[in-house]
Amino acid sequence: MALIDEGYLEFSELQEKQKLPDAERFQRGPVAVLECIQQIPCNPCEAFCPFGAITVGSPITNLPVLDAKKCKGCGTCVAKCPGMAIFVVDKSYSGTKGSVSFPYEYYPLPQAGDEVAALNRKGKAVGTGKVLKVTNPASFDHTPVVTVETDLSLTDEVRNIKKGVLK
Amino acid sequence: MGMRVDHHVVLDVRDKRKTVTILVDGKPVEAREGEPLLSALLAAGIKINRYTRRFHEPRGLFCAIGQCTDCAMVVNGQPNVRTCIVPAQDGMVVETQDGLTRKETNL
Amino acid sequence: MILEKDVVVIGAGPAGLAASIEAAKAGAGVLLVDLNLKAGGQLFKQIHKFFGSRAHYSGTRGYDIGRKLVREAESLKVDVWLQSTAVGVFPGNKVGIERILDGGVKKLYTVHGKAVIIATGASENAVCFKGWTRPGVMGAGAAQTMVNVNHVRPGKKIVMLGSGNVGLIVSYQLMQAGCDVLALVEAAPKIGGYAVHAAKISRAGVPIITSHTIVEALGDEKGTVRGAVIAKVDSHFQPISGTERTIECDTIAIAAGLRPVVDLTRLMNCASVFEPVFGGFIPLHNTDMETSVKGIYVAGDSTGVEEASVAMEEGRIAGTAAAQSLGYLSAAEAGKTKKLLWERVNSLRSGPFGERRLTAEKNLLEHFREEIREPQPEIMIGGLAHGAD
Repeated sequence: MALIDEGYLEFSELQEKQKLPDAERFQRGPVAVLECIQQIPCNPCEAFCPFGAITVGSPITNLPVLDAKKCKGCGTCVAKCPGMAIFVVDKSYSGTKGSVSFPYEYYPLPQAGDEVAALNRKGKAVGTGKVLKVTNPASFDHTPVVTVETDLSLTDEVRNIKKGVLK
Repeated sequence: MGMRVDHHVVLDVRDKRKTVTILVDGKPVEAREGEPLLSALLAAGIKINRYTRRFHEPRGLFCAIGQCTDCAMVVNGQPNVRTCIVPAQDGMVVETQDGLTRKETNL
Repeated sequence: MILEKDVVVIGAGPAGLAASIEAAKAGAGVLLVDLNLKAGGQLFKQIHKFFGSRAHYSGTRGYDIGRKLVREAESLKVDVWLQSTAVGVFPGNKVGIERILDGGVKKLYTVHGKAVIIATGASENAVCFKGWTRPGVMGAGAAQTMVNVNHVRPGKKIVMLGSGNVGLIVSYQLMQAGCDVLALVEAAPKIGGYAVHAAKISRAGVPIITSHTIVEALGDEKGTVRGAVIAKVDSHFQPISGTERTIECDTIAIAAGLRPVVDLTRLMNCASVFEPVFGGFIPLHNTDMETSVKGIYVAGDSTGVEEASVAMEEGRIAGTAAAQSLGYLSAAEAGKTKKLLWERVNSLRSGPFGERRLTAEKNLLEHFREEIREPQPEIMIGGLAHGAD
């Protein structure tokens, strides 16, 4: 398994271990993608979801299960997950572009409008992205959530950005 | 780029402490009052704290919490002071230690 | 003169603070001693959000948990002595404490605690490759202390050794502080820590190089680190000649696990065993966290290296049991609290990562029940040998 051998998830591994929202749900708007695939004792995603869309239950080592119907893609879980393993993906707003929101705790923070290199789960640049927004309310407790727009085809791959602005 | 962490997304790294001056092997070095001496030394790019007694090999920061003694120096004339847990105060005289005394070649 | 206290707690990390809080809450007079300038142990360098459930402060950053515990201890009038080193524990629960007073004057105190809780934590293991003593080679925890507590980078270009949670988390935190982490090297064929921590540094571009180790720290003309020579290892973790390559760096951080600090329980001849799952030699304890010596309790990493969340729960159990032994809590009250706390500890030891620890803990408790039965009022001569068989 690439995740424990190399430290990153192959998308196929993720699909095996987690039930992802279906294509129809992705069409309806932003939705959480839980990339939590190891049974560790942890449940803040469940505790903090304002819509009750994530269930861990008992025992606390259960993998979280997303009810994609209840999920509004608000991103609270993205900032709350101690493992930084939750992302919000939006494939709905254009036929060619989509967006990915991810936790980003490095200085300097990007700014809306920045053109950046979009990185995949291995940290490899797979394309370019445009920062749409950086959300960092007090309730996120210093875990800013960055939303970056990329090609629609990259939204299942892009999970980070490279420090610094392109050009 | 200095060695101090001036920006951080999670931590509040603004430092309101007074800047003081310590004397390291005869040269003035800036320190934040109350920070471990070792921090001020590292911030100034000083990585060697002492030399071993028999082979005179250099030693520096290893545990940072007062357990290992690799960062021991001569402070205000007293040898074997663990610089990672001793707070910096204005005018402190800090010397590289060689064996059990200060290293003469530094003077 | 000997000072008298209901409970003396040694070590003001998560375990010691939690123990003090529970004992004080029950009404016991508590003295908490710690050799550092600040209470909180290593919590203040844990700047990440904790796992667990709400009862374990999940989603809260370590330093916020530290502040909360320190405030709670203060509000409960726990007597906290900082810059105070417990230099010995002697028969009859007497604790020798060297305290640094204002102006740097050292004074030696003897305090008699009706109960003594030892929560001295753990220390980092080293890996002895060629050149490992060079300035620039350090414990991962040391690097973490420098950036997160002292706000100074230990170096600019880092190579990390060890892919347990400490190696993974500290690599991430060094990057947060502006360091470049060039590689994380792991001798085992697989990553040791949580995959989510590995994923965080992977997507930042840090290569995790498994089945490799560091064979040498290269030095510059002054003797400080200028590079790490890494090599592939065989199935016995021996470096394979000819596979060496050099990574230029100024810092090598070693995350090779921790071992319990057991000096004080050894002084008291508390029956001990060797348990690799918990990091080495540890004092045995019963479900009250009491050792083979009556009135001497243990909690946290000093009785087995785990996470701070576990240390806090163990501390709470020890504090509750100590208060009960002094009559501040009825058996029924204390029993109820302890049961709940054990459930919380066990939940932290559940799942594939916790299983080994859950089983090891079960065996240790059984060992205690069968061979020690009841804590003994006097020093058990040869206690160490007895436990080590």
